Order: sequence, then structure tokens, then C-alpha cells
Amino acid sequence: MSIAAVTVPNVTHTATDTSTLSEKVSVRNLDFFYGDFRALKTINVPLYAGKVTAFIGPSGCGKSTLLRVLNRMYDLYPNQRATGEVLLDGENLLSPSQDLNLLRARVGMVFQKPTPFPMTIYENIAFGIRLYEKLSKSELDDRVKHALDRAALWNEVKDKLGANGQSLSGGQQQRLCIARTVAVRPEVILFDEPCSALDPISTAKIEELIDELKDDYTIAIVTHNMQQAARVSDFTAFMYLGELVEFGQTSKIFTTPSDRRTQDYITGRFG
Amino acid sequence: MASALYNSRRRRNSIAVGFSIGATLFGLAWLVLILAVLLWEGFSGLSLAVFTEMTPPPGSAGGLLNAIMGSLVMTVIAVLIGTPLGMLAGTYLAEYGRYEKLSSVVRFINDILLSAPSIVVGLFIYEIMVARMGHFSGWAGAVALAVIVVPVVVRTTEDMLTLVPDTLREAAASIGLPRSMMITRVAYRAAKAGMITGVLLAVARISGETAPLLFTALNNQFWSMNLNAPVSSLPVVIFQFALSPYKDWQSLAWTGALIITVTVLALSIFARALTSQRKSQ
Repeated sequence: MSIAAVTVPNVTHTATDTSTLSEKVSVRNLDFFYGDFRALKTINVPLYAGKVTAFIGPSGCGKSTLLRVLNRMYDLYPNQRATGEVLLDGENLLSPSQDLNLLRARVGMVFQKPTPFPMTIYENIAFGIRLYEKLSKSELDDRVKHALDRAALWNEVKDKLGANGQSLSGGQQQRLCIARTVAVRPEVILFDEPCSALDPISTAKIEELIDELKDDYTIAIVTHNMQQAARVSDFTAFMYLGELVEFGQTSKIFTTPSDRRTQDYITGRFG
Repeated sequence: MASALYNSRRRRNSIAVGFSIGATLFGLAWLVLILAVLLWEGFSGLSLAVFTEMTPPPGSAGGLLNAIMGSLVMTVIAVLIGTPLGMLAGTYLAEYGRYEKLSSVVRFINDILLSAPSIVVGLFIYEIMVARMGHFSGWAGAVALAVIVVPVVVRTTEDMLTLVPDTLREAAASIGLPRSMMITRVAYRAAKAGMITGVLLAVARISGETAPLLFTALNNQFWSMNLNAPVSSLPVVIFQFALSPYKDWQSLAWTGALIITVTVLALSIFARALTSQRKSQ
């Protein structure tokens, strides 16, 4: 059963393109509440394995909320709850028996503001690895190097791994956070407006990085920057007022959207 | 542009500024006066003997060694008892129980304890320890001081942990860190300077307390490290000596006051330096 077509008529599923893809994450009939306020309304959307899915829409449309459901980040706060299903490899991660720490090790997240831990660059990376694996010093060194390499940061920090992570520039901090996320070997990485606090050069670096990472990870990115969504993503979901208006291949959404609201948004008529 | 309205507003402004500066100077003047007298009187009695000899009987020479040691030992014990309790409670308020009803109750009671007159604390410990044991003791003094330490540390721990941005907690959670590790390894580390400051301020607070010690540790004119017996302390010695009619006792009281003031000042400056260092990071 094609999940999206059931309740959201506008979802564009070109069977030829998506039939070969597997759904790493399937969001089904998801509702989300802040207290009594219903912030997400019956969301159905897939995240395809090894692809980048961008979530766009005006502020307050629920895109960040949706992202925070995927790793149950909302669980840190009271009075927030989700109903429906979010399947990760077929397993409902909203189920109360879900171990949140293990889930978050599988579904990593990079935030809007760079959030390095108050410790050295090396420790920022090694910390997460040590949580789940017992490695020798040299193995750990390798993993740290590999993660920093992956985040295109190794060359800039290899001589100062003992420096405080918070002493790096904003763009470097954000790449450090990406390295930290990658280091724990997640399956899915969520990017919540990862470039909104960065300059254009750093932004370009992060975008390049996302493009490289998608070979190994399933990626979801929330962005306010539509060019960015067009540049980095394979699929795009447009959200408005808590609803998923349209989901489809990025090329299609940005050239021939089927919903009037999507077209208005991407052409800058509102939002 | 200088209309009548504007001129009168300017006039009122200068009057208000004048009053504010006047009030500030008035307050500062007393402070400077107190410090000046303290320095003058305290320094004149300062000598090596102050740190090497016991409190003397009236009319003979002596120092404050037993009082300094007594204060030091009781303060250290009080901090050792009060700090873990305060930090754990503060951690509960800021982390685990931040949104619980119980927390606002605990917070309210802690604020009352924070501003409770220290003589009440002294009486309380007198009732539950001194009266039952049948004698004054250094332990009772240390516990009384610990009761004063706890609310200070609870408050600063909570405040400093609350200052740690939620984004950092989310980042810790996002790599699968369990809550306990998120608190001990990330939040504590981010709040470290502030939390140490809280402990230092608590030390500063108790090192000058007299009332709770009067009812608990009392005083001891001789060298005694037996915490089951009365123990001397600087504030109580100052209290006793300053009220005496003997010139040499009064002089020692001034010197003792100087020692306490300088210690508290040094602690405060150190605490300030720690906090500003944290801000500049």
C-alpha cells in the first residue's frame, strides 16, 4: 500500500521513480500536540533510504516539530505528545517500549545552532563513541579521525584536537557537531536548519557534506532556504499550517508543483 | 527645540540623577568608613603571634590560633556535608524535576531557608543535637553551618544548571546519551564555574556566622581538635573579646575581624573571577 496516497491526495508518487526505493522511515497518520494545540495534522510521508528529503514551509508550519518526532526529542519536555505511527525499518518508534537512547543513537540530529560540548575537540567526538563501544585507544583515535574526516574538518583541527570545541568558528563548530553525529554511526541523520547561523562559505561546505553523507545515511533536512532545499535534496515535502501539502521529487516540486500553495510558496508569494 | 517642556524634563532628570548619586555615596561612605576602621584597628594588632598562639586570658599576650583552626575545621566539615546535599537537590530542581509541582514547593521552602535568620538555625541544632547530647560540640557547630550552606548551594546549582541552554541538553540526548550522563558529563561541565562559585559564596557566608555557633560549638579557650567538645571559632571569639573591657582582647577581636573580612573578600574576588571567566568563554 502506498502510504502517502491514502490521506493526502496531492502527494506525487511517480511509481517508476520510487518503486525501487525502500522506505527507511515511514510516518503514518502522525498527529502532534503541544498541550491542546495540534501542531501536526495527519502527516504521512516517507524518508527513502540513502536519499535526502527536505522539509520546507513557512515558520510555524510544523517542519521542525516533525523532525523532532523522528528521534523523540520532544520527550524531553512535558505536555508534548505524538499519536499515529513512525516506522523505522518497520518498527514503531512512538511505542512506549522504545528505548530512547538506542533510538537516538540510530537517528542522529544536527541542530540550528552549533552545540559543541564544553570539552576538547577530540572528546566531543570520542564521548559518543565510548557510550556504545569499548575500543582501544588506537581504534578510538581512528574513529575520531574518520568522523572528523567525514565532516571535512580533520585538516583544520588535526593539530589542535586538545583545544576546546567551543573555541572553533561557527562553521567549524557545526561540522564538529556533524562529525559527532556521524561518529556514533547512526542510520538516519536529521538536520534542523543546519546552516541558518552560518556564513555562505560554511553553508556551501555543509551542503557538500550532506551530499556526500547520503551515500551512507538516510537524511532529512529542515530548511528555510529554498535554494538549499533544491540543491541538496532528492525529495521535498512542503508543509503549511501543520499539514503536509505536497511531497514529491525535488525537481518536480520546484518546477511543476501540483498544489497552488506550494507554487505560491516557492515563488515567494508568501512565507 | 529647547521648549519649556523639554527644559523642565531636563531639570527633573538632573535632580533624579543627583539624588541617585547622593544615595550611592551615602551608602558607600559607611562601607569605606567601616573598612577603614577595621584595617586601622586590625592591622595594629596583627603579628605572628596571632597565628601561632592560643587565645589568652585577659592581661596576657596570645593569639587566635585555636579560633582560626576551629573555624577552618567546622567550615570544611560544613561544606563537606552541605555541598553534596545542595548539589543533588539543585540538580533535581533544574534537571529531573524542573516541571514538577514538588519542585516549586521545594524551591519556595529553600528560599525561606536561604533568608532564615541564622540564630534560628542555631537554636534548631541546639534542640536536636546539643540538648540531646548534653553538651556543646564542634559537630553541632559544623552541622549548624551545613544547614546554612545547603540552601545557598541548592540555589546556585539550580540557577547555574538552568543557564545551561536546552540546546546543549538536546545535543547530548541526540547522540543517545542517557539523562544521568547528560547531567554529569555535559551540564555539570558547562555549569562548573558557576557551581564552584556557589560553594565559595556559601563558605564566605558561613565563615562570618556567629549566632549558630553560639548555641552549638560555643567556645574553647584552649587548643582542642576534639569535635565532641566545645570548639573555638573566630566569630564567637570576636563576639566575646569585643564585648570585654580588656584592651588586649578588644585588639585581638579587631584582628580576628580583619582576618575574616580579608578571607571573605578573597573568596568573593575568586568567585567573581571564575564567573567572568565562564562568561568570556
